[in-house]
Amino acid sequence: MIVADRKSLEEILTMVEEKKKILIVGCKGCVTVCNVGGSKEVEILASAIGIARKKSGSAIEIDQTIIERQCDTEYVDQLQESVMKYDAVISMACGVGPQFLSEAYPDQKFYPAVNTTFYGGAVAHGVWEERCAGCGTCVIHHYDGLCPVARCAKSLLHGPCGGSSQGICEVSKETACIWDTIVLKKMEQGRLEDLLVVKDPKDWRTARDGGPRRSIREELAD
Amino acid sequence: MNDMKSGSNLEKVLKAGHFAFTGECGPPKGANVDHLVKKFQYLKGNVDAVNMTDNQTAVVRLSSLAASHLMIDEGLEPNFQMVCRDRNRLAITSDILGAFALGIRNMLCLSGDHQTFGNHPEAKNVHDIDSMQLIRLATMMRDEGKFLNGDEIDVPPKLFVGAACNPFADPFEYRVHRLATKINAGADFIQTQCIFNMDKFRDFMKRVVDMGLHEKCYILAGVTPMKSAGMANFMSKFVPGMDIPDSLKQRMKGVDKEEQPEEGIKFALEQIEEFKSMEGVAGVHLMAIEWEERVPEIAERAGVLPRPAL
Amino acid sequence: MRLSYPPEVKIIQVPCTGRVDIIHLLNAVDDGADGVYVAGCLEGECHYRTGNLRTRKKVEYVKKVLKEIGIEPERVEMYNLSSAQGQRFAEIAHEMVERIKGLGPSPVRSDKAA
Repeated sequence: MIVADRKSLEEILTMVEEKKKILIVGCKGCVTVCNVGGSKEVEILASAIGIARKKSGSAIEIDQTIIERQCDTEYVDQLQESVMKYDAVISMACGVGPQFLSEAYPDQKFYPAVNTTFYGGAVAHGVWEERCAGCGTCVIHHYDGLCPVARCAKSLLHGPCGGSSQGICEVSKETACIWDTIVLKKMEQGRLEDLLVVKDPKDWRTARDGGPRRSIREELAD
Repeated sequence: MNDMKSGSNLEKVLKAGHFAFTGECGPPKGANVDHLVKKFQYLKGNVDAVNMTDNQTAVVRLSSLAASHLMIDEGLEPNFQMVCRDRNRLAITSDILGAFALGIRNMLCLSGDHQTFGNHPEAKNVHDIDSMQLIRLATMMRDEGKFLNGDEIDVPPKLFVGAACNPFADPFEYRVHRLATKINAGADFIQTQCIFNMDKFRDFMKRVVDMGLHEKCYILAGVTPMKSAGMANFMSKFVPGMDIPDSLKQRMKGVDKEEQPEEGIKFALEQIEEFKSMEGVAGVHLMAIEWEERVPEIAERAGVLPRPAL
Repeated sequence: MRLSYPPEVKIIQVPCTGRVDIIHLLNAVDDGADGVYVAGCLEGECHYRTGNLRTRKKVEYVKKVLKEIGIEPERVEMYNLSSAQGQRFAEIAHEMVERIKGLGPSPVRSDKAA
């Protein structure tokens, strides 16, 4: 799912500096799953902002709510009775949320409380890792179910580069070299020849490089 | 010599069966051409071609393309390096044409150290294509006279195309296969990363020879003379892809500070001597970065002078 | 034991400190507490195995949040002791009260001078 990290409290407090009455909206989707923007986190953020403003002597009224998803207008619409009553609204959803909110309620100011980072999954309790770069042309089956586009720091299609050492990427000791894993797997399973072919350069048009994308289900769209 | 791919001096030397001896030079961190030209004088006549690095370790310097052109003006032959980190296929193709138009005849295709190593870590990563695809692109432009999209090139660039190889990166067993793939992609010559672990390199070369790769491509062994024990430590820790055995570190530490440069050069000379007769090795690539002034002496003591004039 | 502890300490009992959440600690600060501490079992002796270990992490998180918003992280603390350690309990209470007295009233108290 989409993973995000909460912005620093300093940054969020600056966003609402002049505001007297705000709403914090959480999302029960991805940000709940990665524990950054669900109801618990909305409550904690509201509390932290409240305490900070009390300390600075500048009162603020904070309401909290959460909707099923902020990336669907049918849920975004549920806020219409309340959303205009505030000086500003903080969204704890991924980057999609505040934009959907801004489009639905153009006269309101929406602020993102999180920095959206990657598509990934939980590898351990409280730890998420990037797995997909959304390149639009999935070829993980050529690499035994592993994606070099997302997981190689240089997105190499013929790795590993000369900086791979003991299974670790040259970029950081915390980062595994995905090419090391791919190569070892191919060697183990007797499919090394797959890697010895020179592949054509990637068509990046299906990735973000080709421009903002759109996905249509012909059978559903009008 | 009709079947020359580029007609470069390096190509001629290798094709004639001589033991090649190439050097390296780093461009300035600015536009200080005078200092660069001074460095050239140490290399002139002592090597067959000089690599001109391309924003090495992601530290921004004068472009390899421009510096290579300046080198030609000074009467040396450049080996123009190009990394995939900083430019997309458009800029790459364009620069290859530019290089040829400016008289450059050798190029080295590299991925490039990640920009987080350098002095502008915030920069965007390009890596539109990787080094393997770059080798293929350059040879396709030369041999088929076509761009990546199949369009005809009016005057195809005739470059002698090289690639890098790091026998010391992991997984070790795979390195020789990756080298084979680079050769299949079209690499005419290979320069290895600097070698310090001779045992491992001997093992690597045995595999290379077993696979017959040395007959399809000229392999130059990389040598970097150690200036000091401190340099050995630094490279071990901070330069990606280094394998520096403890025995060498001890050897450097075992002599007084003033003696260390000479000890480092002695080790390099021992290596060069062994490479001259090592099966599969077609030459040596000497990387005396910021120590170019010792190249004439090293070349002399290594017995590789005079360089063939073809 | 008849040991005394300072009257400034108000005790809230929970079946396990694992029951204590980040929001409870923040609410305490928000509601005007000058300090709040969690007294849990000795590490390794939690009746519910990991309750006290999880809560230590929550306390660290709260300290970070307080630091970010300009409130002394020392106002919140976690201590570990066994239920048999009456002496230690009193000690901790005194220690925490002394610490808070040193820091002064919470900058968030509604009754502090503006």
